[in-house]
Amino acid sequence: MTIISAHRLAAAFVDVADTLIDEFDLLEFLHMVAERTASLVGAASVGLLLADERGALEFVAASDENTALLELFAMQTREGPCLDAFRTGQPVIDVRLGDAADRWPRFAPRATAAGFTAVHALPLRLRRQVIGALNVFGSPAGGTFDPADVPVIQALADVAAIGLLQERTIRRGEILSEQLQGALNSRIVIEQAKGAVAQAHGVSVDEAFVVLRAHARRHNRRLTDVARLVVTDPAALRALTP
Amino acid sequence: MSEPQTGPETVRDLIARQPPAPGTTGLLRRVCRAAAQALAASGAGASVMTANGTRGISAASDPASERVEDLQFVLGEGPCIDAFTDTRPVLIPDLADPAAQRWPVYTPAARDSGVCAVFAFPLQVGAARLGVLDVYRDRPGSLTGEELGCALTFADVTVHALLDRERDGDLLGDVRHRAELFQAQGMVMVQLGVPIEEAMIRLRAHAYAEERPIGDVARDVVAGRLRLDRP
Repeated sequence: MTIISAHRLAAAFVDVADTLIDEFDLLEFLHMVAERTASLVGAASVGLLLADERGALEFVAASDENTALLELFAMQTREGPCLDAFRTGQPVIDVRLGDAADRWPRFAPRATAAGFTAVHALPLRLRRQVIGALNVFGSPAGGTFDPADVPVIQALADVAAIGLLQERTIRRGEILSEQLQGALNSRIVIEQAKGAVAQAHGVSVDEAFVVLRAHARRHNRRLTDVARLVVTDPAALRALTP
Repeated sequence: MSEPQTGPETVRDLIARQPPAPGTTGLLRRVCRAAAQALAASGAGASVMTANGTRGISAASDPASERVEDLQFVLGEGPCIDAFTDTRPVLIPDLADPAAQRWPVYTPAARDSGVCAVFAFPLQVGAARLGVLDVYRDRPGSLTGEELGCALTFADVTVHALLDRERDGDLLGDVRHRAELFQAQGMVMVQLGVPIEEAMIRLRAHAYAEERPIGDVARDVVAGRLRLDRP
């Protein structure tokens, strides 16, 4: 018995398809996939990690951001469900974090301490290559899903990967590398902007992210554009109101 | 994906093995020579640019590559300028390909100079943009995954060498993608009222002066335990 209605699933795919038509920004797109996946499965948090050209998993986007969650993503360069899904190309489904201390001695206790109870990771597959992983964290409030839903979540993960493979990409394989590096650099700009906003407005870096995202939504602008502006234009930084 | 093959240590080593040359131009020339060798390229060029795309210092592995590097600034278009503007690599494995037609003046001129493939890598960390490293080949063909990783490492090492030419690059350690380091850069930028590039230098200088790992300094800044605008 699946918990995801066909109607909600269709809505999520339409959203994703809409983004693909607009002028494409990889990081913005991956943020949207993370948010839609989180709301679709009622998960506490969803994150996306991509392998850089040097084969290391890098965090790129999440449904929400806080220091504890970012650390859980960062740790998975060395161990964790995403690394397992990335290496094997197989989904890691519904692992109870309380029982996973042997499997992930560093990751499992930290994830538990952050309030999560279950974790899933699905490989992002592009042709035969695994290019990253979709990470779903469940808490007592939600995010545990029925085995029947696994293909649905995998479909969302595949859509995320397809976003990397647009029409232009098919024409020229190099576009993927260009976009990936661009997204990883945008990721750094967002961290720099969090620091700048935190310092300028006397809030925590976690709150700074919420301020940046709210501003981007209110003004219908991309998060990455707002982030770049506040790091390069002191007036824009001052004008940003928490 | 395989394990990283050419790490920052190896790249620094390759650069250090090049004949010494003074100043920033000398540093860039050594980077270009080492990059051309490591990437089986016919040449490499590097340009330091201001935020509006104006070129400052530049250098190349050899006189022919220097002329090619100059081309795009003379013509006002090319992969290097796009890589800088779009803040991501521009990889053109074949200048005869339709994808290269977006530079109607540059592309034929570069091909006339014997260049068949251009790979342009921004020298940047987030919003801090310093310039571009260009790799030229006299034969068409993509970079392998390993070569791409190597080129990106060259770009990283060059950024940090440019930011802090006098100091030991080891402070960089393995914090390349640590969120706290980048957040601290943003905070120091505001504390000191300086551009992000200078904030990065000041943060590293503090770590160096205090003989502390930069990751620890960054953590203290983000936690509010350390401000660089106060003694």
